[in-house]
Amino acid sequence: MKNANKIYFDHSATTPVDREVLKQMLPYFSDTFGNASSVHGFGRSAVSAVDAARCKVAEILDVSPKEIYFTSGGTEAANWAIKGVKLTEKRNRIMVSAIEHSAVLAAAKQVKKDGAELILLPVTSEGFVQPSSLETLINEQTALVSVMLANNEIGTIQPVKELAKIAHKAGAYFYTDAVQAVGSIVVKPRELGVDMLSLSAHKFYGPKGIGVLYIRAGTHVDKLICGGHQERTMRGGTTNVPLIVGLAAALEKAAENQQDNLGKVSKLRDYFVRGVEKNIPYVIFNGSMKNRLPQNANFSFDFIEGEALLLLLDHAGIACSTGSACSNESLEPSHVLLAMGKSSEKAHGSLRFSFGIHNTKKEIDIAVKVLAEAVAKLRSYSPLYHEFCKEVNHVHG
Amino acid sequence: MYTDKVMEIFSTPKNVGELKDANGIGNVGNASCGDIMKIFLRIENNIIQDVSFLTFGCAAAIASSSAATEIIKGMTVENALKVTNKQVVEALGGLPQQKIHCSVLVEQAIKAAIADYKTRL
Ligand SMILES: Cc1ncc(COP(=O)(O)O)c(C=O)c1O
Repeated sequence: MKNANKIYFDHSATTPVDREVLKQMLPYFSDTFGNASSVHGFGRSAVSAVDAARCKVAEILDVSPKEIYFTSGGTEAANWAIKGVKLTEKRNRIMVSAIEHSAVLAAAKQVKKDGAELILLPVTSEGFVQPSSLETLINEQTALVSVMLANNEIGTIQPVKELAKIAHKAGAYFYTDAVQAVGSIVVKPRELGVDMLSLSAHKFYGPKGIGVLYIRAGTHVDKLICGGHQERTMRGGTTNVPLIVGLAAALEKAAENQQDNLGKVSKLRDYFVRGVEKNIPYVIFNGSMKNRLPQNANFSFDFIEGEALLLLLDHAGIACSTGSACSNESLEPSHVLLAMGKSSEKAHGSLRFSFGIHNTKKEIDIAVKVLAEAVAKLRSYSPLYHEFCKEVNHVHG
Repeated sequence: MYTDKVMEIFSTPKNVGELKDANGIGNVGNASCGDIMKIFLRIENNIIQDVSFLTFGCAAAIASSSAATEIIKGMTVENALKVTNKQVVEALGGLPQQKIHCSVLVEQAIKAAIADYKTRL
């Protein structure tokens, strides 16, 4: 598939690897290929690249390099954080927000199957976990609270700092999945006061298959992947040098350009939202506009179904997504929108558009036009829309 | 995940809309499952002279509706009642497993429309 003339509005699913980042990675495939666990010079070269990357990541996050653990991505990091916390008879409860990514939700369900008590934290209609609801539901049996920093479908930024305080008061650990947030907004684990935080390189123009779990020093977490002594014995498996180098390079670039990128991307998003609201009737903007990631827009289009709309847009060369990319194979409407109290009809009709630094206003102009046409086309097929028009005519005629 | 045939039919479906002089209407599904299909039939002398559909749902639901209307147009009522979801799936060159229910739904919609026609006789 050629990308010429194609418009990519799905940066929350993944981003292209930045070419400078790729350039920094390439020597570590065939030239500096050593195993970072080897004692010889080949190994030492690999180690020094990994050490430098770890220090860079730690510096940007404002934490100690000893608190950085490289993983195979956001999913592994989430599994580690959720399954790694020891449960005891006295502390057997884990609490996760109802709008977590499937990586967290599925790991939590598995822990429940193994005997833990799992509590889902509700969210408001705007898409936020309220500190007061955590305060009500938490108890001294709670071992872990997990609330994502920013939601992948609607982009809402959760009040993690307050939530972590409440968790700590009850003696529980706090983990935040920051996969969508890192690279987009400034994220400092210590300021947030969290015990664990995860990120994934492919969301900020780095490679896929590499992420980080930050584990605050002193936090008692079991390993997830057993093996060799890599990652200070906490995560087995031959160190993935090129991907680690790529993650650090991408994070560094994202941090350097953070303000500019945020301004650019949020302007594009706002321009798109205005265009949609002006040109398409009966749309609902999902989630709060305040405290939201700059790249995210999510709409429900009344009377039609999201997958059909997504395919018509794809046909016209515009890529976006329904719910999250991971849920495309399932028939379930978005669990995030359902948790916000939307009807399943509205949840079925939702699309997410997520913008990136290479998008342009011109692309948005084209997309708004194509979207308006596609929505009108599907509505002309929809029995719900026909009924609605009849009712309107009845009232006014 | 869809065949080219599904995509082709989905992007240019046939027989869309409401038949004004329909004498049999079938309405199945609900919005919470994500699919609603409405089939309109105009039956004269026991033959389906005209047929149309309105569908709320995914690409497979829309393509299934279009394919089914093409299959039953011109058929006798008895033959239309014998049309199965398998024939619809075949006309689409296959459907992904989790979308088979769309073809089942359209079979039900045809049966419901014919039942409605019979109650009007
Ligand atoms: C919020 C969130 N958590 C976790 C993940 C999984 O990360 P990865 O793709 O690196 O496994 C994603 C993205 O897919 C995500 O958006």
